[in-house]
Amino acid sequence: MRPHCGSSRNRAARPTRELAGSLRERVLDALATVYDPELDEPITELGFVTCCEVGADGDVAVRLRLPTSQCAPNFAFLMAADARDAVRGLPGVRTVGVVLEDHMTDDEINAAVARDGRFADAFPGETRGELHALRDVFRRKALVARQAGVCQALLVTGATPEAVTSLRVVDLPEDAEVRRCLHLRAALGIACDADAAAFVLADGRPVAAAELERWLRMAWLVRTSLESNGGLCRALLERRSGLEEVAV
Amino acid sequence: MYEANGEKYFVMDGHIHFWDASPANWVQGQEKYAKGWIECFHAYQSLGPPETHWPLEKFQKYSEEDFVHDVFEEGKVDVGVFQPTYLKSWYSTGFNTTEVNARLVEKYPDKLLVNGRWDPRDGEAGLRELEEDAERYGLKGVKLYTAEWRDGSRGWKLTDREAEPFLAKCEELGITNVHVHKGPTIWPLDKDAFDVADVDHVATDHPDLNFIVEHVGLPRIEDFCFMATQEPNVYAGLAVVTGALMHARPRFFAKVMGELLFWVGEDKMLFGSDYAIWEPRWQLDGLMAWDYPDDDYSDYPRWTTTAKKKVFGLNAAKLYGVDVPAELRLPDETPAARDDAQLVEDSA
Repeated sequence: MRPHCGSSRNRAARPTRELAGSLRERVLDALATVYDPELDEPITELGFVTCCEVGADGDVAVRLRLPTSQCAPNFAFLMAADARDAVRGLPGVRTVGVVLEDHMTDDEINAAVARDGRFADAFPGETRGELHALRDVFRRKALVARQAGVCQALLVTGATPEAVTSLRVVDLPEDAEVRRCLHLRAALGIACDADAAAFVLADGRPVAAAELERWLRMAWLVRTSLESNGGLCRALLERRSGLEEVAV
Repeated sequence: MYEANGEKYFVMDGHIHFWDASPANWVQGQEKYAKGWIECFHAYQSLGPPETHWPLEKFQKYSEEDFVHDVFEEGKVDVGVFQPTYLKSWYSTGFNTTEVNARLVEKYPDKLLVNGRWDPRDGEAGLRELEEDAERYGLKGVKLYTAEWRDGSRGWKLTDREAEPFLAKCEELGITNVHVHKGPTIWPLDKDAFDVADVDHVATDHPDLNFIVEHVGLPRIEDFCFMATQEPNVYAGLAVVTGALMHARPRFFAKVMGELLFWVGEDKMLFGSDYAIWEPRWQLDGLMAWDYPDDDYSDYPRWTTTAKKKVFGLNAAKLYGVDVPAELRLPDETPAARDDAQLVEDSA
């Protein structure tokens, strides 16, 4: 029998009481590499994965639910398609079904994702191209926002603008935030080898000492925007989940 | 008039609605969207304090008595501005139309203003309708909702060629306040629907119009702020910022307020409750009592009594030419209010 998530929602999509290395755990790990392109946070941490079922034959069923039915269709499509692609390549997985639920364009998106289609297949005639450019706009925002945090942390320890802007990638601390920055740089085609500048503008040019203050001020605003959007999404999703629990 | 700590504030609520989203008004075949829309709004209401939540049924359609009580009596709003959102593809008689709003304006002419709307997809007929509405309702503003669906089209941009005649018509008719609300869909769908770059373009081209970006461009506050610093005729509508963040996410609210005061400034921020998503009273009380939570915010502009007076109502009154009673105005020649002077000394 094929696995299915049925109508039960808000089942914690976390690998609790599972054998290490079980297929479901690996599927969840793969889903954790799928980021909300607008917020640059994993969909698993945002609580968007409401169900993840793995059948004995390797058939995987995933359900996604966004904070509102009105979330932007392009980002919604990206998350559903990315989830499909992330799980599909895993050893032991035979089929993958990803379903976006309770969204204003769920019919269009689910049909396209199921038949392995592109965004233009979901909305024929309503797009000019695919979503690469859109995704890159938000990767640049995320890079700017995350670098601001890393940079600020160095400045509060007393580092001067000259010192900070002369740092190389190899000088940066090895933490998750820096790893994400480098991942974004690689995805954007911005140099990220050990000798590359530690802090770059959105277009990839190194930040100069003289422009550091202004860059940080702008970067901090981008960070505030991403964080507060994430906060708003979480608040709305909590409410949505709460309502469901009452209704069940 | 709102009064606190011995100070009196003129309150102009720049963003109110009187809607009908009850199932009886849902367009057949479009129930999914009509239901989704109002339930999404209802979820937003839940981000306010629990005692201000309404049951869904009341939220779908509330009475004139509710409106008068919540906005004027309890809410202390001196003048409210209706911002229509038609959505006729989903709601038979429209969600919140100028026509319906105007009936309330007739009853409370000193306390309410109604804005019109236009949609470039209406072409010539739309221009004529705008002229008629301007005449009939004495329009001083319009509310544009760029994500509205129409006959298979999912939205539009201010820079669309078809929009230009409407902007020119606004200038001609003295409709100087253009409120722009970005929504989740826009053609082509592969672009960012919330992008405010089109506002930037038309604000430059039409320096005699004021562009009030509703919800401060949420979720693109950063793009909005960068634009607002460069365009003297771009303003920040605070609706949703206070309603959604102040209670539910106070830490982010503080950050956003700090950034808005820094980038946009107290002269260009306008209070809006977004009633009936949220009632004005708790938002005014909250804004009155609000301050930065800690010293991390020491380099952001202060939220002074003067700033509150401007944001609560004086800024909007200026845009709409509303006469403010003398006792509620700021002292004419503005040697800054005492708390502003204090700030200058502190930061010197």
